[in-house]
Amino acid sequence: MATVAAVIASTHHPFYYRASTSTGDARPPFADEWVAKIEAFRETLTRARPDVLVMVGSDHFHQLWLDNMPQFLVGKAPFYDANWYNEEREFGLPRMFLPGHEDLSAHLLRKGIDAGFDLAFSNELRIDHSVTCPIITLRPQADLPIVPIYTNIFAPPLPQPRRFVELGRTIRELVESWPGNERVAIIGTGHLSLELGGPRQFGPHGPDPEFDRKAVEWIASGDIKSTLDEVTLDSLWEPGNATHGFMDFMLMMGVAGDGVPADYVDSLDLFHTMEAYFTWYPNGMDAR
Amino acid sequence: MSKYLLDKFLYTVDRDPELVERYRSDPRGTVEWWEVERANSLLNCYSGERSTWLKFDDTEREALATHDYVKLFELGAHPFLTLTLCIALFERDYDEPLAFQREYAARLSGFSLPYPDIAT
Repeated sequence: MATVAAVIASTHHPFYYRASTSTGDARPPFADEWVAKIEAFRETLTRARPDVLVMVGSDHFHQLWLDNMPQFLVGKAPFYDANWYNEEREFGLPRMFLPGHEDLSAHLLRKGIDAGFDLAFSNELRIDHSVTCPIITLRPQADLPIVPIYTNIFAPPLPQPRRFVELGRTIRELVESWPGNERVAIIGTGHLSLELGGPRQFGPHGPDPEFDRKAVEWIASGDIKSTLDEVTLDSLWEPGNATHGFMDFMLMMGVAGDGVPADYVDSLDLFHTMEAYFTWYPNGMDAR
Repeated sequence: MSKYLLDKFLYTVDRDPELVERYRSDPRGTVEWWEVERANSLLNCYSGERSTWLKFDDTEREALATHDYVKLFELGAHPFLTLTLCIALFERDYDEPLAFQREYAARLSGFSLPYPDIAT
C-alpha cells in the first residue's frame, strides 16, 4: 500500500515568486526573511522523499466558472499546464507544466465517489496559483506527478466546513488504501483571514490577527472540534471576505487527523495576510 | 438584476488581454459591444447556441461603463473579479506599490459587515 509520507498545509501567497526572485531596489525588505522561512519549510517536504503529490487548492475563476461550478473536483490527466494570463499579469507568475498521475487520480475518483463524495472530474485542467504556489515554494523543480483536487471556497453556495474536514479524512484513507508503493505527500493550501476587493484589503497585516492567531493554534494542534464549533459559512465573512479559503486548511486538518499536532509550524506576519506553514509526518520518524 | 451577468462581464474581460485594454480605453463602448455580442454567449458553445435572455439593467450597465467599482461592490459583483480586473486597469497609473489597492479599500470604507450578498 501507498505511504502518506507527509501532510502539508500552507497559505498560497501569489507574491512570493516575485518577491523571492526580485533584486536590487525591486526586492522588498521582507523578502530575505520570507525566503529563509520557505526554504526551511521546503526541507520538510524534501526529507519526506515523496514520489507523488496530491495537491488541494481552489480555482480562482480560471477554468471553473458560474455556468458549471463543481464543489469538489479531481483532475485526471497525464499533464497539467499551469498559471494563467491574469496571474502572469498581476503576480509575475511563470507558465508551468506538471506531470499528472492518472492512476492515483482514478483511484481517488472511484473510491471517493463510492465513499459518498460525488466528485466532479476534469481530463483537461489548467491549474492556477493555488496549486502552483506550493509547487514553487515546496518543490520548485516541479518534477513529481501530481493529482490536483479543487474545492469551491469562492462561489456561494459553498459546501459546509464539516464537508471539507470529511473530504480530508476520506482523501487520507483513500491514499492509504491505494495499492501502489509510492510515497505520497498530501499538500493543501488555503487562507487565514483575508480580504479581497473589500474595505479591509491590503492592510499592514491580515484583516483579523486574532482569527489568525486562533486558526494557527487550531491547525497546529489538530483541534478539529474547536474549529468546527467556531467556524461556519456565515462566521467566515467576519475575519475577511475571502476567508472561506480557511476551509482548505480544515480539509488538511481532516487529512492530518483529529488531535494530531503538526510536526512543523511556522508563520510570517506579512502585509495583507499572514503566512502559515504546517507539516505532519503521519508515519513518524520513518517518513523523515 | 443579474449579479451573474456582471460577473460574466468581469470574468470574460479579465481573462482576455485585448479586452482588458479595450475596456480601459473605452469603457462605455466596450460594455455596449459586450452586451450585444458577448452577454449571451454560452461559453464553450458555438455561436448558434447562444442564450437569449441575458441583459444588464441600467444601473449595472452604468456601473460598468464608468469603471465604478464601489457601485459594483454594492451591487454584489464578486469582489475578487472586480478587484483583479481593476488592478489590471489602474495599477499602472500609480507610482507606489499597492497604492491603487489601498485607495480602492479606502473608497469602500463606507461598507461594513454584512457586505452585499455575492451569491449568484
